[in-house]
Amino acid sequence: MSPPVTRRTMLAFATAVVAGPAMATPVEVAAEIAKVTRGTVLKPGQVKLDLAQMVENGNAVGVTVSAEPPAGTRVASLHLFAEQNPNPEVFHATIGPAGLPRLATRIRLATSQQVIAVAVMEDGTCWSDAVTVMVTLAACLE
Amino acid sequence: MRVLLNVPKQVKRGEAIEVKVLISHPMENGQRRDESGQVVPRQIINAFRATYNGIEVLRLALHPAIAANPFLSFAARAEASGPIELFWEDDAGVKQTETAVVEVV
Repeated sequence: MSPPVTRRTMLAFATAVVAGPAMATPVEVAAEIAKVTRGTVLKPGQVKLDLAQMVENGNAVGVTVSAEPPAGTRVASLHLFAEQNPNPEVFHATIGPAGLPRLATRIRLATSQQVIAVAVMEDGTCWSDAVTVMVTLAACLE
Repeated sequence: MRVLLNVPKQVKRGEAIEVKVLISHPMENGQRRDESGQVVPRQIINAFRATYNGIEVLRLALHPAIAANPFLSFAARAEASGPIELFWEDDAGVKQTETAVVEVV
């Protein structure tokens, strides 16, 4: 026989359900970033993340990621992460031999948070840029 | 999927070919619930690729954080006249291709 449904179990259940949209933890974000950098230390610079610091609508936020490779190498890939989204990965872009190292798109932001761009160069060095964004109307919840 | 593709008709050699594409797609993020409380399954464009004269410009892995009706803007260095080809696929396995021809002068 299953245990009786008490007020306590109901409350525990309700809290678990209402606890709401999953959010990535900083550890998960670091793990996702480590996957693309293969553990290389991230240095600031060489990559630029263009993103408004105040946005009204988190459902469509314009971003541009561009990179400037150091002399003697080229940009292999660009990556974007949103720390507090349910899934912190936004995109992974491999730059082909015919491409220029920049990409603009529109993204969803679940809440005010830090957005991180990472550029991986062909020589294996990894660079990053971060912008902290205030979001008035969050995405994902409507 | 309806598509708006903007590629310049003519570009000078060595300059950037700016490619802008807007794809009509709900990009269902898999987090929303419908009226009955059921999770609406994820349905997004998850892969995108662009080539210029058959050479790769960009290969993208996309995640649910890309806004509905995805807009992408990127560039290739103009070398010779030829096609810019775009390929993408969504979670339902629907594939689409778009082509625009650029004249390099």
